[in-house]
Amino acid sequence: MTAEKNTDQAAETYKKSPAGTSAGGSVLGTPDAKPAINREEDKVQLYADRVKVFPRRVYGTFRSIKWIVMALSLSIYYLTPWIRFDRGPGVPDQAVLIDMPARKAYFFWIEIWAQEVYYATGLLILAAMILFLMTSLAGRVWCGYACPQTVWTDLFVHIERWIQGDRNQRMKLEKAPWGPSKIFKKFFTHICFMIVSILTGGAFVFYFGDAPTLAVQLVTGDAPMTSYLFIAITAGFTYLLGGIAREQVCIYMCPWPRIQGALVDENSLLVTYNKDRGEDRGPHKKGDTWEGRGDCIDCKQCVAVCPMGIDIRNGFQLECIQCALCVDACNGIMEKIDRPKNLIGYAPTHVDMAGGKVTQETKILRPRIFIYMGMIAIVCGIMLTSLFTRSDIELNVLKDRNPLFVTLSSGEIRNGYTVNILNKQHVDRPVYVRVSGIEGAQIRTAFSEPAKQVKTTVPPDDMRSLRVFVLVDGKIATTGDLADGKGEVTFEVLDENGTLLLDHDSAFNSAGK
Amino acid sequence: MSKIERDEHTGTETTGHEWDGIKELNTPLPKWWLYTFYACILWSIGYMVVYPAIPFAGENGYSEGTFGYSQRDVVAEEVAQAKAAQSQYLDQIAAKDFEEIRGDQDLMAFAAQGGKAAFGDNCAPCHGTGAQGFTGFPNLNDDDWIWGGTLSDIYQTIKHGIRWDEDDETRFSEMPRFLDDGLLERSQVEDVTEYVLSLSGNSSSPEKVERGAVIFAEQCTVCHGESGMGDRMQGAPNLTDAIWLYGGEREDVYSTIAHSRRGVMPSWAGRLDDATIKQLVLYVHGLGGGEQTIADEAEDFAEEMADEPVEDEAAQQ
Repeated sequence: MTAEKNTDQAAETYKKSPAGTSAGGSVLGTPDAKPAINREEDKVQLYADRVKVFPRRVYGTFRSIKWIVMALSLSIYYLTPWIRFDRGPGVPDQAVLIDMPARKAYFFWIEIWAQEVYYATGLLILAAMILFLMTSLAGRVWCGYACPQTVWTDLFVHIERWIQGDRNQRMKLEKAPWGPSKIFKKFFTHICFMIVSILTGGAFVFYFGDAPTLAVQLVTGDAPMTSYLFIAITAGFTYLLGGIAREQVCIYMCPWPRIQGALVDENSLLVTYNKDRGEDRGPHKKGDTWEGRGDCIDCKQCVAVCPMGIDIRNGFQLECIQCALCVDACNGIMEKIDRPKNLIGYAPTHVDMAGGKVTQETKILRPRIFIYMGMIAIVCGIMLTSLFTRSDIELNVLKDRNPLFVTLSSGEIRNGYTVNILNKQHVDRPVYVRVSGIEGAQIRTAFSEPAKQVKTTVPPDDMRSLRVFVLVDGKIATTGDLADGKGEVTFEVLDENGTLLLDHDSAFNSAGK
Repeated sequence: MSKIERDEHTGTETTGHEWDGIKELNTPLPKWWLYTFYACILWSIGYMVVYPAIPFAGENGYSEGTFGYSQRDVVAEEVAQAKAAQSQYLDQIAAKDFEEIRGDQDLMAFAAQGGKAAFGDNCAPCHGTGAQGFTGFPNLNDDDWIWGGTLSDIYQTIKHGIRWDEDDETRFSEMPRFLDDGLLERSQVEDVTEYVLSLSGNSSSPEKVERGAVIFAEQCTVCHGESGMGDRMQGAPNLTDAIWLYGGEREDVYSTIAHSRRGVMPSWAGRLDDATIKQLVLYVHGLGGGEQTIADEAEDFAEEMADEPVEDEAAQQ
């Protein structure tokens, strides 16, 4: 009667279960069940409150480098649209211009038409490869110095400092109750942010129109609506990302900190705290011995200057943008307390992993460096070759599909084509169009007499679309290659001197035999 | 709900419902979700008031809404706007003659595109979307025109049609049904057929051709001409070329002579406005087979003459 016994037991368990056997009130489920995984105490808190960062002013080598990079990148950004470059009459004289209505982009002597946008693919590949190369050599130098997010955030922090004072004053102001002074300072800061943002957006649209003309139009209110819209969009994002979100963008929005994990290896340069030298850290009074303790006096200057609000002494972190401001801060302190510099400094990752000891040789020329450089060279090579060998005239032939061919009263077979000729020169270009490949084939436009060739003029920087008819004698159209009703004809474009510029194959149809 | 019970494992409230010892945890929808949902309900009420929403309410079989919005009106307005935008071209096309239109590149481009669209709507069922024609329906791409291929010829044909009884100005001619009407014997028709085929070099029986030539001279030359080149004034096709509207095989030609064809094209004068007909004419004329008008040629001739020095007539006298 084992089965019956089991049932009894089951029933008993069932009766007991609602009350539970373990300590503490009601327990759901069976008493011998494993503890629930989703216990309250085990729950991971996924939300982190934002801790506002108030970076302190700092002086030093890397701060100077940052100033120079900021000045350079901002000048390039703001001044480029104003550079003039003479291309001849009737063509924009702006050196760098993306002409949306004309579907053309100008970069000094390079002109890109809409159908050549694939060059942008090459540029993007190039940008990615250079970024990979830089990261594996020197870590996140892009993030620390050149990224627009870093540059503009830096600019906004300087403005904030100029109006509200340095770190301590800003923190005090933040805690202070709202009063006229606080309202004015905060308000004025954000007004300045917005002015910078609008100037940023304003410079952006100059890349898409003639800068001097557009500048006047923007002021007088005559500029196209899209200009104002894009200024608003760019300004809005500059204000939001640089003025408000700041380090949050790098920590939560940007994919680059995640990608860099795969790119940094033990030989890459990183801003590192030398634990071996620094620990044990602790306050130090003048005159005390340095024996038996580390060089770090726990002054927290590295934390105070950090625009990301982190402590570099915790090691390599996702948040660290490698701007090296903590290096400047720490070196200033080391100088004051008369200890060697570079307690925090650029060092290869393997040093950090070994706790600050140099245990192996740093290799700069690694296979991956050669692979990146090789790929950069290949992409550059392909792009330059195609750029310098591309033709300034293009030919495209579309054959009529309906009807495929027309039989004329004389028995001749006629096929219709649309010939598109693209002239990238800035002058009128007279050309001849002729056909070859079929014996005795003649060509004509809708209203001209059949002849060996058709003359047309392609306007400057434009396309000429020409309707032509090709006529083939009825006998030829039923014999030889055309016996099965399908033949090939080649369109040739010649210049005035009779030099062949381009050719394009197309089909010629007839009824066949 | 006097006492809120909490689950020990998760710390979540329960709903108080219990089934076989299993209690339901109370995990309500997030507040933001709920409030968004309520806001949507409120919004939908407003929407139903201002826009057409309720079926079988109101005069038109639906509630019209206080905004009076109707997608039909929007479409009607868009159509009216499109027409207004085109009117500057259409008015010009209606007012100008063909040569003036062809002289204006923009206007000509508009007319050709408009003609293409109108052709697709009205002409394609018979003539084909590429105007390539079918048996009995002429190919408009080629250079063979039964009633003439100049702009004015095509204009006349489209406007008034061919053998269209309802139009007084329609092009009209009727080829006799030689066999059906008892004008010729069956063998005679065969002979003429052979002769007609011989005109384009396709006959195989010299005897029949010889006999056929005599009958052709008696019966057919009035319209088709002595050499069979046809007469456009009467819509009599050229029998010597490579194009056959009803097929060029022996039985096709025989059938044409025996029973006649008398193809019909409607007049479009009442159905399409003059600007549309003009666009159609320019489109068809530009398909590749369009012919110059005699007036054009005269003009070219006059220009050539003007270039040459004219002697002073007074001096001669």
